[in-house]
Amino acid sequence: MPEGTLCNKKPVETAEGITTLLADQSGKKYYEEMKKLEVDSDLLWKTIQNTCKSRIRTWLEICAHCGMCADSCFLYLVNDKDPKQVPAYKIQSTLGEIIKRKGKVDNAFMLHTMEVAWAQCTCCNRCGTYCPHGIDTGIMFGYLRGLCYQQGFVPWEMKIGAGMHRVYNAQMDITSEDYVDTFQWMVEESEEEYPGLEVPVDVEGADIMYTVNAREAKHYPEDLAEAAILFHIAGESWTIPSKGWELTSLAMFAGDWAACKMQVQSVYDAMERLKPKRMVGTECGHAHRATVVEGPYWAGRPDGRPPVESIHYIEWLAEALRTGKLKIDPAKRIKEPCTLQDSCNYVRNHGLREVAREIISYIVEPGYFIEMTPNKEHNFCCGGGGGFNGIGLFRKQRNVGLKCKRDQILATGAKLVIAPCHNCWDAIRDLEEEFEIGIRWSFLKPLIIKMLIVPEHLKPVDEDEDMDEDE
Amino acid sequence: MYTLLTGPLFYLALGVCIIGMIVRFYRYFTGLSWQLDRVAYKAWPAMGFKGAVRSIYKWLIPYGTYSWRSQPVMTAAFFGFHIGAVCVPLFLIAHNVFLKEKLGLSWFTMSTPVADALTWTAVVSLFFLILRRLVLPEVRILTDKKDWGILLITMAPFITGLLARYQVGDYSFWITAHVLTGEIVLLAIPFTKLSHVFLFFASRAQLGMDFGIKRGGLRGTKMAW
Repeated sequence: MPEGTLCNKKPVETAEGITTLLADQSGKKYYEEMKKLEVDSDLLWKTIQNTCKSRIRTWLEICAHCGMCADSCFLYLVNDKDPKQVPAYKIQSTLGEIIKRKGKVDNAFMLHTMEVAWAQCTCCNRCGTYCPHGIDTGIMFGYLRGLCYQQGFVPWEMKIGAGMHRVYNAQMDITSEDYVDTFQWMVEESEEEYPGLEVPVDVEGADIMYTVNAREAKHYPEDLAEAAILFHIAGESWTIPSKGWELTSLAMFAGDWAACKMQVQSVYDAMERLKPKRMVGTECGHAHRATVVEGPYWAGRPDGRPPVESIHYIEWLAEALRTGKLKIDPAKRIKEPCTLQDSCNYVRNHGLREVAREIISYIVEPGYFIEMTPNKEHNFCCGGGGGFNGIGLFRKQRNVGLKCKRDQILATGAKLVIAPCHNCWDAIRDLEEEFEIGIRWSFLKPLIIKMLIVPEHLKPVDEDEDMDEDE
Repeated sequence: MYTLLTGPLFYLALGVCIIGMIVRFYRYFTGLSWQLDRVAYKAWPAMGFKGAVRSIYKWLIPYGTYSWRSQPVMTAAFFGFHIGAVCVPLFLIAHNVFLKEKLGLSWFTMSTPVADALTWTAVVSLFFLILRRLVLPEVRILTDKKDWGILLITMAPFITGLLARYQVGDYSFWITAHVLTGEIVLLAIPFTKLSHVFLFFASRAQLGMDFGIKRGGLRGTKMAW
């Protein structure tokens, strides 16, 4: 059975393995090898028999072929209503066909299936809410990705991402020491402005255990400082775990279920170890979905809930603003047309549709907030969800996918897009780069910090007074 | 022929349909797995029940969901057909007389003008749905031979029933054909896509539980998924 040295059915489980894969620029050799990768039909069929039970089988069977899902899919809409982009067609012609043929499909079929699974569906689950039969194609694509991953037909970046989780318990090569050092260093940088600012590491019994997206530590460390500042000003008792700090899961995008379990278990272990009252995760959509919504099932928790109550950053923020822990200076509220990007992963898929709007009511001058159409649980995917943003091979398709969000934003006339989700934030940044529509985009943390009323006792005192005296 | 169709074959068709669907229902719900589906069905029965009921109820109401409202013409045709397809077989006077005789059961019946109106609406709607299947590329690409077969099977009792009702040509021929085609529908239900007449409730209940227990239905939001 021809298995490539880079592209094969084995997950990456060592740092060297990751380095080797990364050295293959853009996965050139990886994808060459994939063209020769053989399909293990027996394994495929056996896996389907063991894991494809009544829910998915019934979905595939009773689909009335009515096409009502077509208009619900942003990829159908932006690809000039190409019938091949109808969700029902996409899943029937891939997963449906694999089952019909009892797993006996060839390399070419799997290559095509990989493209459909990662470049024609972002697992936003919108179509699921438009089907009279309640058929959730996004869930089936998640399942199909698992089958593809097992066979080695997975985009290069996804294979690496899943490997990172296996090796580092994070989506990037950041060790516990790196993480804690970065956090502490960023906090030190802001200490002058916020005296007494600190990052409590591994404190037991804190009210809040804070978890992040690894790219904050790697590429956007100011985000860590901002989180610390906001907890500090709100007077929260909080801590970060030195292990189990990563909220995200590229393994979920890759369909590597074993890695999903390992990843989320590391966070749950931190919860058990530090016994916080609650976990607050950063402004990320898929990370919340992975650790709070899906994670308990990967970890085998029969109640479907994480070990401690786990909330999204916007839930904490709304609560802090509501209870007055954080106070906004009304003069500094946003006074330009702005809109909000609802993340599929915690709005449609976790019901947090009003929370962000409550925050908006505190931070935007009345009259300046414009809703997208459609919005809330009916909002379209940003265009880059489900791993789509990160896959070089499908960059062209992704850029076409961004058009839907571009047009939604243009229709609002907003100049600022508030995007409390890493994936959405990236997609909106990329769409500005691609189409230059003249917008800015932001997480909530930096916006809030700019308009916050800092209590007197938390302000840096000495220097200002000295200066006054000097004058 | 007529005696055979209204006698043993009728009992056979009805029996196959009912037993078949009980088996399918049983297999559907025992085939659900909290870990594979990632829904904690058993841990949150009340939330699951509420979600399931809400999901079924909302979708049974014409224009009750965002999806129904976003495709108004399709929705009109859909309900135009389905209301007739459910109510006429069950509540037509002639059907009730027949059931009383065969099973000793009878229930609410509707007046002839209402039955006529529902039947014609169903037939017209069905033709619209067929037209839609032929014309719209997004529906055409999904359509296979089985879909046409199902449409044919579904349409036949309506057409034969109408021809018998207006006594076009030979009444006894049409009524025999009507009973036969009706029984074909009963027989087809457990083994084809027509199983959706029952499995619709199962599938909707599942997604309702999924959202109610785990996804968007949490945090007090009342989404009509």
